[in-house]
Amino acid sequence: MDWSSWWETYSTLVLSIGVYGMLALSIYLTLSCGLLSLANAAFMGIGAYVSAIITLQYEWPFAVALLLGTAAPATVALLVGIPVLRLSGVYLAMATLGFGEVVRVVLLNLDITGGPLGLNGIPPLTSGWHVLLALACTIALLQAMRRSRIGRAFEAIREDETAARLMGIATDRVKLLAFVLGAAIAGLAGGLNAHYTFTLSPGNFGFENAVDILTMAVLGGIQGLLGPLLGGAILTLLPELLRGLQEFRMAANGLILIVVVLFLPHGLWDPGRFRRWLKK
Amino acid sequence: MFAQQVVNAISLGSVYALFALGFTLVFGILGVINLSHGGIFMLGAYAALFLITRFEIPFWTALPLAMLAAGLLGLLIDVLVLRVLRKREAPHLMPMIATIGAAILMTSLSQGFFGSETRRFPLELFDQESFSWGPLTIPVLQAGITALSVLLMLLMIWVLRRTRLGQALRAVSESPKAAALLGIPVERLFHLTSFAAAALGGAAGILIGLSFDAISPFMGQPMLHKGIAAIILGGLGDVRGAVLGGLFLGVAEVFAVTFLSSEYRDALSFGLLFLVLLWRPQGLFGASATRSA
Repeated sequence: MDWSSWWETYSTLVLSIGVYGMLALSIYLTLSCGLLSLANAAFMGIGAYVSAIITLQYEWPFAVALLLGTAAPATVALLVGIPVLRLSGVYLAMATLGFGEVVRVVLLNLDITGGPLGLNGIPPLTSGWHVLLALACTIALLQAMRRSRIGRAFEAIREDETAARLMGIATDRVKLLAFVLGAAIAGLAGGLNAHYTFTLSPGNFGFENAVDILTMAVLGGIQGLLGPLLGGAILTLLPELLRGLQEFRMAANGLILIVVVLFLPHGLWDPGRFRRWLKK
Repeated sequence: MFAQQVVNAISLGSVYALFALGFTLVFGILGVINLSHGGIFMLGAYAALFLITRFEIPFWTALPLAMLAAGLLGLLIDVLVLRVLRKREAPHLMPMIATIGAAILMTSLSQGFFGSETRRFPLELFDQESFSWGPLTIPVLQAGITALSVLLMLLMIWVLRRTRLGQALRAVSESPKAAALLGIPVERLFHLTSFAAAALGGAAGILIGLSFDAISPFMGQPMLHKGIAAIILGGLGDVRGAVLGGLFLGVAEVFAVTFLSSEYRDALSFGLLFLVLLWRPQGLFGASATRSA
């Protein structure tokens, strides 16, 4: 099979690997700071709808659409994050889950979002290098952060928030940064995703999607950036490989979550485990 | 009209309360948000459906058998998943993630085995009559559903408040370690709690399946969301709070549909949850942040 026909068949899949890699990184960001936030699917949805409405109805350039598709969820995250991040643990997970459902219902009932029918005929503007560039920028940014004061602050908060605050880390602001940046990355991924799938419906951004994104990060592991990318790639390819299972396809995702939590608590990509193997 | 809506609200709210009761019990005693409770709820409804349609067992025998099946499923999840995480003293988000996995697994398997289409209990089993009381018309079925869920809730609360078993469970909810030192078989009570909570969840599934006249593999997820809203409204881990939270949610939903619009009904429970978490994280009815079973 030559390159162009291969690309025609598999481009959506390849682009999805990149986009879901970004989404997995977006939830990695909050997880690495000890926050379980289930709002990333909603932020992805806000980014997707905002950018699609801009290209579809205002016919503004794609770059502007992506920019606003990144800024809009970040702004929402800022407004929601200030009160919500006072919560922690299961309370935060529940509140973000609730926020996600509210976003889904709002998308379902607004006129500008096309209601339950969603948006169709979104121009096909996303090409391979857009996704690659966005992914590369995300990775570069997160890698730079990991080595900076902020990255260390994330780690300190995850290990012990009280101790981190006692050491003079402005925990509220650092957590808000992780939340808002995660929302921005998810929004950008949503904007890119909308312009190669061509359709959007509110059902794409509900609880299932939030869980999918979480599964990717948990499966890959959050010890480094490679984990979420690996998890994103595996879970994007898995439905294709399991096509024969039809209705049972989702069962694999469920089973993976259970098995990983029970037997691989650090995920697939666990540098600590590799080091232990080398020592043996 | 208004009184009729109140009746509907109490009927819906009582089933929500029954679901939320099991959900909050697991949190109060095991300290775990069991997100597979919606899946157990759904499978409870299917279990009763199959007992009634395939094996032609009468409803009043099928109900306890289906509750038993749901309870065993809850026990299975406890033994296979939650116990392992307890032993390891895993961070508290781990059981949450694992039970999300269990919920997806249950939904997907029932979709594969039972099909995605909506099923119904054969309604000719039940009395289709209504009785009138002043301006109110109450279908016998609706009254029965409400009575049954109230009965199950009262039974559960009686066990927790008035028996030695309940005393032991309350001790475990205060501190599993201290309870173990007092000679309480903590691990066995964890299993028992998972079993009882799942049995109540299964019963709620059967009652919701009856009152909406619909059973599908996807009924668990929306109910789980309502259960989450109810127990947050009532204060996590608080049994009385969960019952009040469930009733409150039923009332809020019925009146939202009557006076606002039906589109935003599903957002209502979460809007409420969101506000309560920000304003009173200990719940609307809890006196303090301490949890009590």
